[in-house]
Amino acid sequence: MNNTLTSSKIVEPTIFDLSSPGRNGVSFPDPDVPRAKLPESLLRADLPLPELAEVDVVRHYMRLSKFNYSVDDGFYPLGSCTMKYNPKINEDTCRLPGYMFTHPLQPIETVQGNLALMFTLQEWLKEISGFEAVTLQPAAGAHGEFTGVLIMRAYHKSRGDDKRVKMLIPDSAHGTNPASAGMTGLTIVQIPSDERGNIDLKALKEQCDDTIFGLMMTNPNTLGMFDEHVEEVIQIVHDCGGLVYGDGANLNALLGIIRPGDIGFDLMHFNLHKTFAVPHGGGGPGSGPVGVAAHLADFLPAPLVGVLEEGDDETPPLFGFVTPRKSIGRMKAFHGHFGGGHVRAFTYIAMHGPDGLKDISQYAVLNANYLLARLRNTYHVPYDRICMHEFVAEGRFDGSDVRALDIAKRLMDYKFHPPTNYFPLIVHEALMIEPTETENKDTLDAFADALIKIADEAKTQPDLLHNAPSTTQFGRMDEVKAARELVLCCWLPEDYAEKI
Amino acid sequence: MTYIPHSPKERDAMLAAIGVKSLDELFKDIPAKHRFPKLDLPPALTEMEAAAELAELAESNENVRGDLISFLGAGAYNHYIPAVVNHIISRGEFYTAYTPYQPEISQGTLQAAFEYQSLISALTGMDVSNASHYDGATAAAEAVNLAYAQFRGKRKRVVISPTVHPQYRAVIRTYTQGMGLEVAGDNAGADLESGPEALASLIDENTMLVIVQYPDFFGRVYDYSAFIESAHGKGALVCVVANPTALGLFKTPGAMGADIVVGEGQPLGIPMWFGGPWLGFFTTKKSFVHKMAGRLVGETVDNRGQRSYVLTLTSREQHIKRERATSNICTNQGLLALASAVYMSVLGKNGMRQVAELCYHKAHYAAERLSQIEGYGMCFPEPFFHEFVLCCPKPAAEVNAHLLEHGILGGYDLGQDYPALKNHLLIAVTEMNSKEDIDMLVDALSEADHE
Repeated sequence: MNNTLTSSKIVEPTIFDLSSPGRNGVSFPDPDVPRAKLPESLLRADLPLPELAEVDVVRHYMRLSKFNYSVDDGFYPLGSCTMKYNPKINEDTCRLPGYMFTHPLQPIETVQGNLALMFTLQEWLKEISGFEAVTLQPAAGAHGEFTGVLIMRAYHKSRGDDKRVKMLIPDSAHGTNPASAGMTGLTIVQIPSDERGNIDLKALKEQCDDTIFGLMMTNPNTLGMFDEHVEEVIQIVHDCGGLVYGDGANLNALLGIIRPGDIGFDLMHFNLHKTFAVPHGGGGPGSGPVGVAAHLADFLPAPLVGVLEEGDDETPPLFGFVTPRKSIGRMKAFHGHFGGGHVRAFTYIAMHGPDGLKDISQYAVLNANYLLARLRNTYHVPYDRICMHEFVAEGRFDGSDVRALDIAKRLMDYKFHPPTNYFPLIVHEALMIEPTETENKDTLDAFADALIKIADEAKTQPDLLHNAPSTTQFGRMDEVKAARELVLCCWLPEDYAEKI
Repeated sequence: MTYIPHSPKERDAMLAAIGVKSLDELFKDIPAKHRFPKLDLPPALTEMEAAAELAELAESNENVRGDLISFLGAGAYNHYIPAVVNHIISRGEFYTAYTPYQPEISQGTLQAAFEYQSLISALTGMDVSNASHYDGATAAAEAVNLAYAQFRGKRKRVVISPTVHPQYRAVIRTYTQGMGLEVAGDNAGADLESGPEALASLIDENTMLVIVQYPDFFGRVYDYSAFIESAHGKGALVCVVANPTALGLFKTPGAMGADIVVGEGQPLGIPMWFGGPWLGFFTTKKSFVHKMAGRLVGETVDNRGQRSYVLTLTSREQHIKRERATSNICTNQGLLALASAVYMSVLGKNGMRQVAELCYHKAHYAAERLSQIEGYGMCFPEPFFHEFVLCCPKPAAEVNAHLLEHGILGGYDLGQDYPALKNHLLIAVTEMNSKEDIDMLVDALSEADHE
């Protein structure tokens, strides 16, 4: 049953290792209808799934859970990921039976609560961002980006403007931006940043001509800087007929501070799992609604939630699905991440209101600038001015072979999750730090103290860093071995024939 | 300041350390004209008020666990979810963690994802599974991307069975609109009766991928082995969109020779949640693993000699390869993959088979009873699993409206997607439907017939 690497020490057996033939977990009742004849020739010979009791399963996953670091455990300053505290009430609201147990194809009369919630969330996101229309369908940020690129494509196409093939992307952009644009066959043109971390205006102007499809811009960018010339950047792209896409990954800096739609962005995705406290789930599900300005509203993916019949004092309006006139089509089955995404985000926004949302961004920016102030004398910060919700320091020291990776790993020994490292690519040995608004001063001080102490260790005891982490259950992994041997399953493919 | 922990004193000390006098002073880079907009949103609710408002909205829906008896499937299925599933995924250690970029402190997520991959491989009979996609429809669209990459864009045709879920077909068309592909097979008027053979003539030397569904959208179960062999004869790859519950009972697409098997994992312990978030599973043969999109967890050892797990083959992914990545995918459906792994583990070999058999027997009882009502009948003679097409004596929409008056959520009105099937209902029956439910459906329809 087992694979090549069993010579290694096993900390927790796999669920397959734990199986014992004849054990049973959850059982189901005998059929209350006559048994029908099974079509023997179509049946599978064997079902090689594990056999376990419920208690075996629970203890296995409990042990696994203890190997994880999470926001509920402690500080998680992962840049551009907005690892804020996830309120517990959201877990309860999204599990209300009315949300959990409604079928996406039910008649609209039977799901007016769901539709009212979605419609209201669309309206709130419009108001927060300054856009004219919002779709809740995209499943994640990158999915929202792809949706956005298809909308831009449909817009150009509707004007018979077929020669636009170049997407401009700053060198500080998230990797998803070029990948999303690449999925529609566009050519990517990278635009450099200037010495203050803004888009280099001269380089931008040189590229702008009638082959420009658009610009994908994260603002604040991944350096944590609000582009000081954002309105000019947008104007330049618009003047050559391109559209400007906003990557909303960093929206946590902007709630009640500025609305991207007001300064000319044509469209943008939201990350409900970052800005609006939907938990990250160990890598998903996310939720990536897209907002667009008026001239792009007709191209949104179908369907949206709309008002089919206006209400009055006595009758509520009738909500239902509507298809935009020139829709790009459907981005996923059904209506988006309703339960896990929309309900949680709705709860979160409802509990903040306009002032609470502004507080979020103000305190997120306060926390980032406080950490920056505490660390700038110890760690080199290449773009050092008032930052927004995050900043990027260099994880290296003159005359030392300690790298950002070592610092990141050493932080684990101090019980902190490391910052994002080696991103953005334009900073050497980058450590990208986003504290979010939900951390108190004590936590930030403890984190800053740890980083300052680590800087000292880098000089005096560098091996502590090279060998870190040493206090966690697991040490550094052999990633080359994983890629070379490619064991992706609890058994070897060669053994596989007997499993099916 | 709902979740902001700062005391005024702490805030002031922090502002002083930064060297500014007020919070507003931190925002000087923001264009003044647009700074601090007044947002027209309702005032903040307390937790108590929000809980009440969300409960009121939820209660204004009619759910399928008490309000309505449901025979609606068509891609979303009402299955029993063992209590343990929600308890495990509600652990903060799992749901408040990020993507496991730091494997030393993410072994819980990583080992669980590795086990998910193993369980899904076992269920589908395939070599490798990735750590999941957004949903079944987007997983099917990613199959097109894999095939496109495999042929380096030299083959341009995708043949799709008209009995692949209509929304999946729509998503594939949306995804591929910039790729210059030709999509064939599911045009209006396509042959819905002949099964996969009807597609064979469309598969040519320019065909990169053929997509069929198992059981198909009408619930029919075909052995695709010969069909897949003939597609391979033209050099095309074959993707099977499979229902995971059916795989508890029926022959695997892997055993039939499929190159890619994808599907919707919602039936594996994930609530319907009005359409999401769910789980797209994606499996393929080992030879295609480098072309596959999405996260992938592999086994390794740590520097203490302990078996451990890491994200692997990341060089395919967007954060390394940018525009040359296999896909733009950044997240997976981590928590829902965990839910499905817990579901498959706790049901295990026997429970998965038991659920599949219950669905099969109940659906066949329903089909038997319904087809005895005058004017109603089974449309297709093929073997089926837990869904079947019922021919009705009048438009399906009218039948459903009548059923709703009886508190029954009828089947899916196939006329919405197939104009020729205006009088046809797609009925789904799961282990959640008791004999009594089915008899009520029969009675309600018998009564409708005599009106």
